Amino acid sequence: MSVKQNTLKTWIKSGSPWIWMNAGAVSIAIIMTLGLLTVIAVRGLGHFWPADIVEADYQVPGQDTKVIAGEVVQVEEIPRARLAASGLPVAAEGGEFMTRELFKVGNRDLYGADFTWVVGEWLSNLRTPQALTAFERREWGNFYGYLVNVKEAGQLVAEGDASWAALQQRLQRVEDLHGQIVRLEKKDIGRINAGLERVRLQTRKLELQGTLDAVAQADLDAERAIWDAEYKVLENQLGALYQAFNRDSITVRTTEGREVELSLGKVVRAYRPNAMSTLDKLGFYGGKLWEFVSDDPREANTEGGIFPAIFGTVMMTLIMAVIVTPFGVVAAIYLREYAKQGPLTRVIRIAVNNLAGVPAIVYGVFGLGFFVYLLGGSLDRLFFPESAPAPTFGTPGLLWASLTLAILAVPVVIVATEEGLARIPRALREGSLALGATKIETLWRVVLPMASPAMMTGLILAVARAAGEVAPLMLVGVVKLAPSLPLDGNYPYLHLDQKIMHLGFHIYDVGFQSPNVEAARPLVYATALLLVLVIALLNLSAVYLRNQLREKYKALDH
Amino acid sequence: MNDLASNSMTATSNALGLDFNTPALQRKRRLRAFKDRLARWCVSIGGMAVLGAITLIFFYLAYVVLPIFQGAELASRKPLQPAWLATAAAPLLLTLEEQNQVAMRLDQRGQVQFFDATGMTALSTVELPLPAGAQVVSVAQDQPGSNRVALGLSNGQVLVFQHGYRVSYPNDVKTIVPSIEYPFGEAPIVLDAQGRALDHVGLSLNGGTLMLAGSTGAELHVLSLGREENLMTGEVSLSEERIALPQIAEPIKALIIDPRQMWMYVVNGRANADVFDLRKTALNGRYKLLSDADREVSVATSLLGGISLMVGDSRGGIQQWFMVRDADGKAALKSIRSFQLGDSAISQILPEERRKGFVALDAKGRLGVFHSTAHRTLLVEPVAAGSALAALSPRANRVLVESAGQIQRFLLDNPHPEISWSSLWGKVWYENYDKPDHVWQSTSASTDNEPKLSLAPLAFGTLKAAFYAMLLAAPLAIAAAIYTAYFMAPAMRGKVKPVIELMEALPTVILGFFAGLFLAPYVEGHLPGIFSLLIFTPIGILLAGFAWSRLPESIRLRVPEGWEAALLIPVILLVGFVSLSMSGHLENWLFDGNMRLWLSNDLGIPFDQRNALVVGLAMGFAVIPNIYSIAEDAVFSVPKSLTFGSLALGATPWQTLTRVVILTASPGIFSALMIGMGRAVGETMIVLMATGNTAIMDMNIFEGLRTLAANVAVEMPESEVNGTHYRVLFLSALVLLSFTFVMNTLAELVRQRLRVKYASL
Repeated sequence: MSVKQNTLKTWIKSGSPWIWMNAGAVSIAIIMTLGLLTVIAVRGLGHFWPADIVEADYQVPGQDTKVIAGEVVQVEEIPRARLAASGLPVAAEGGEFMTRELFKVGNRDLYGADFTWVVGEWLSNLRTPQALTAFERREWGNFYGYLVNVKEAGQLVAEGDASWAALQQRLQRVEDLHGQIVRLEKKDIGRINAGLERVRLQTRKLELQGTLDAVAQADLDAERAIWDAEYKVLENQLGALYQAFNRDSITVRTTEGREVELSLGKVVRAYRPNAMSTLDKLGFYGGKLWEFVSDDPREANTEGGIFPAIFGTVMMTLIMAVIVTPFGVVAAIYLREYAKQGPLTRVIRIAVNNLAGVPAIVYGVFGLGFFVYLLGGSLDRLFFPESAPAPTFGTPGLLWASLTLAILAVPVVIVATEEGLARIPRALREGSLALGATKIETLWRVVLPMASPAMMTGLILAVARAAGEVAPLMLVGVVKLAPSLPLDGNYPYLHLDQKIMHLGFHIYDVGFQSPNVEAARPLVYATALLLVLVIALLNLSAVYLRNQLREKYKALDH
Repeated sequence: MNDLASNSMTATSNALGLDFNTPALQRKRRLRAFKDRLARWCVSIGGMAVLGAITLIFFYLAYVVLPIFQGAELASRKPLQPAWLATAAAPLLLTLEEQNQVAMRLDQRGQVQFFDATGMTALSTVELPLPAGAQVVSVAQDQPGSNRVALGLSNGQVLVFQHGYRVSYPNDVKTIVPSIEYPFGEAPIVLDAQGRALDHVGLSLNGGTLMLAGSTGAELHVLSLGREENLMTGEVSLSEERIALPQIAEPIKALIIDPRQMWMYVVNGRANADVFDLRKTALNGRYKLLSDADREVSVATSLLGGISLMVGDSRGGIQQWFMVRDADGKAALKSIRSFQLGDSAISQILPEERRKGFVALDAKGRLGVFHSTAHRTLLVEPVAAGSALAALSPRANRVLVESAGQIQRFLLDNPHPEISWSSLWGKVWYENYDKPDHVWQSTSASTDNEPKLSLAPLAFGTLKAAFYAMLLAAPLAIAAAIYTAYFMAPAMRGKVKPVIELMEALPTVILGFFAGLFLAPYVEGHLPGIFSLLIFTPIGILLAGFAWSRLPESIRLRVPEGWEAALLIPVILLVGFVSLSMSGHLENWLFDGNMRLWLSNDLGIPFDQRNALVVGLAMGFAVIPNIYSIAEDAVFSVPKSLTFGSLALGATPWQTLTRVVILTASPGIFSALMIGMGRAVGETMIVLMATGNTAIMDMNIFEGLRTLAANVAVEMPESEVNGTHYRVLFLSALVLLSFTFVMNTLAELVRQRLRVKYASL
């Protein structure tokens, strides 16, 4: 016994416990990071998997038995007392815990909510009937039920077992029609609207200049008439398309026996997860994943894809990169190569370093006040008086968002570039100068090419920072739902004044401002995963570049 | 530097028979020199411009913030003596309408004169329908902006009228037509049946009920008039009810009825206020308004909203009073704050119509501009030589002063009176509050409730969030940094560092959403588990460490030194799993199955789902890598000669670490903490998403908070450009900027000194 105590004592005396505690801190940090990523990945990717639809009898003690059907989203064990405290008729006796399950029952138009909590102990007779179908709709969320028949313009076409094949075939047709409608509405009618708006602004401009005479008026009227005529044609086409689109309908019976008629135009896809093989499910999974990254959002962003958000993020970061690179590099070259190295440069260097640590929201405030209201307001007064009082640049938009992020990220580029310039061996410069090159020739031909990986590193880090930053964007140009992309086929093609959607803001908005958070949650995880992947990729490439750079200089030093 | 511009290539270079001075080469050299100079200029200008643009942030923020601390400005225009003024009787009331175009003047004979408020030319005159022989003795106005006026007549009657202004655009010219209406009939209402002169009157209209009060000496007459309009015929019928109140002993000086017709303040005697509860028709209490015996009340009015009573005295003092409910719900009139305007009697107090500000005038013609809540005296300036009568426009940007037979117009520029240093950071006693408090409530349901802009709860929330984040992050990050830099095997270090860098790169919106949507409900459901984690993780680590040391060497030697962290990962995962799955049992066993209820019922600690604990966890996560990388750098760059020396003298690695390495690196670790603090203070998205954003001042870890940064993100898009709220939000951004800038600069300076120190070792 005494020996043991001694070893414990010496173990404590040697300081090992502290070393182990320190090691524990590292492990905790690693576990936290990887755990977070795992949770996001699992939840984000799991969403697209077609889960089985469970049908069960549910009896709350003292009430009639109901039949419920839906996907089990979450199962948790909670103490009996807590369940009782929430007002459920829980028996006082029994196990310490009860299970609580979250069912996605869909059919929001019938039940009022997509999700319902049930007590696992009160479920019985769980089954997964093959014919139970999930209908993904354009509005009102999913519908779960049994397909009864398919109708075309009110006439019965297929019934019973034959209806499934008929439905699939007709869904394909509806999907094609939907594509045509979207193209017509977005592209063609969008072009006409843009044209009409141009005519309106032109008229107003001439009016303001006082040069709107009869000739100009007639020209503008003629142009307007052309657009209007074109619109009439398209309107008729659209009407016909819509009629065809809404032609078919299906009758669906819910689990509790209610029959509902759904217009096929409202149904995106129908599937029977209980009857699917793993391979089918994988195919379905891939399709959903592709829809997620390539489609427009539906239903207040809680369904569908996030393509506009991806596009907006990329667009904004691209413009930011275009702005930030030359300015950051020039400032760094000035600081390192041209400015007189003294206390003032030191102060500036510290200040620039510190600006990288200033809260992003401060840049947002600056962007809103300076760019949007001051610069944008002045631009509007000078160049766009015809669209007043509606602001053109005097309101948050893509340009201001990019500029604000550029200001936010410029210190990152400056610091990285400067570091790169400082690492270039003196001998190289001196060699070049000794050979008679001027300073700019030395810089341009020798120093900058060698420092370019450092600049790339800086730029990538800046882009990574900008892509993940949300707080300033909330003030200077991001919206929850942008009606159109900032880049399209209408003059002037790149709409710098337009508001954009953004992945990070999408996460905040859908996760916290959405009316149906429960339904949106999986989508938020998926969006978060995408954002993490993009940013991790950017950062890892920056790290890789930096390591490459170090190797290169190591070689040069010897 | 190369001097290419001058053609100094000498013949010595011609040894090879090359001519460097051909015109072509000279031209080329000149061009190159020109390019070099051009580049120098371009880079210098561009570089300085970029650096200037970055520093612009500071100046722009300060430029936007500055106006809120500036006082008011008064610009006078030439006094005018319009012809109509010479023949008019002494004035009783002067008003200005919304557009600052038309002014109204009421005189003792009951004549209303509308005139142009710029040129002072007469517009129209209305003779009020006074009974024969009666004179106007007293005048009272209802709530600011109501334009309702009651006139107390010399025969005991009261006439109520309303002045209105119709704006029209005939021929595209803005025209304002003033008019007088009599909502309670043109016939005066009898208040004193005995027909004595009403020295003071007061009125208040609430819904359809008009409350009229009048005094004859010390006697009080109160009448409640119900007005009903027949929807079919438009006929107006009035019902009268006389309210009997306990009588007053001393002569009455002012009568004020609050707009909800709950209280009536009767100022009487030298400086007494009798407050009547009009619903109970009983005396609430008698209050002494001034303690100095040589001061007496000279004037009393109510502020916008009718809650505050402003009392001016004979020595230039103005006091704000309002009814405050004590713990038992009993209301009493309390003195809230006081102002001073010169030393002579206050003759007039004009409340603003949009804000809780007011303008006061004294007997010597001195004008003061004040704001009640901010407790600010914005301006004191003489506007007349002696006693005067003034009018304040509804937008509080014009003042008209009539004195000695002339009228003068003043332009008042007073954009942000409601902010002062004390109202931003100190406790402020707001109307309807039972004590002074720090409140952030930037929007309110009605104009009667002013915005309450105290930055104190936000700054408190910011520091609270940062504190809990640092509580988690500081020990973890520093311990991890020390281990990584000092004990860890290089191979493992190469794997750990990218993970931490990835941790640093994670967008905060992801941490925030994770905290808000996953962590907050999870923590709520597993409270005992979370707390047992705190206890069992260290115990588990120590046990694992000890057990490892007891293992036979054959196993121990298989894992090289410096891999303890990897060994611990499964241990910690196990401890975590056990603690969290134990959570429910613990809850059943210790807290009757519901720790949350137990906290709020048994301990009285309120619990929010999104609370400071969740913020601490999430923001701690965000701050760990910042602290870690700087601290690790500091520990790692401690010169090896120091550690080797210590080890050679027989110290254990741990002794070397605590006595040599940490001591040397402590400035670096300190600067790491400062950087982490700066990051935690400015973090926006995490706190925005992981807390309820309630602006409270309470250190309770289970309650939410609202930080400066999150507040800006939430409220900035909706605030009116260049309004007070907008500028206060800019101020909070400036506070954040300065705070982080100072923290970061200090940290940077500390690190630079450390680097110099290392270099010299």
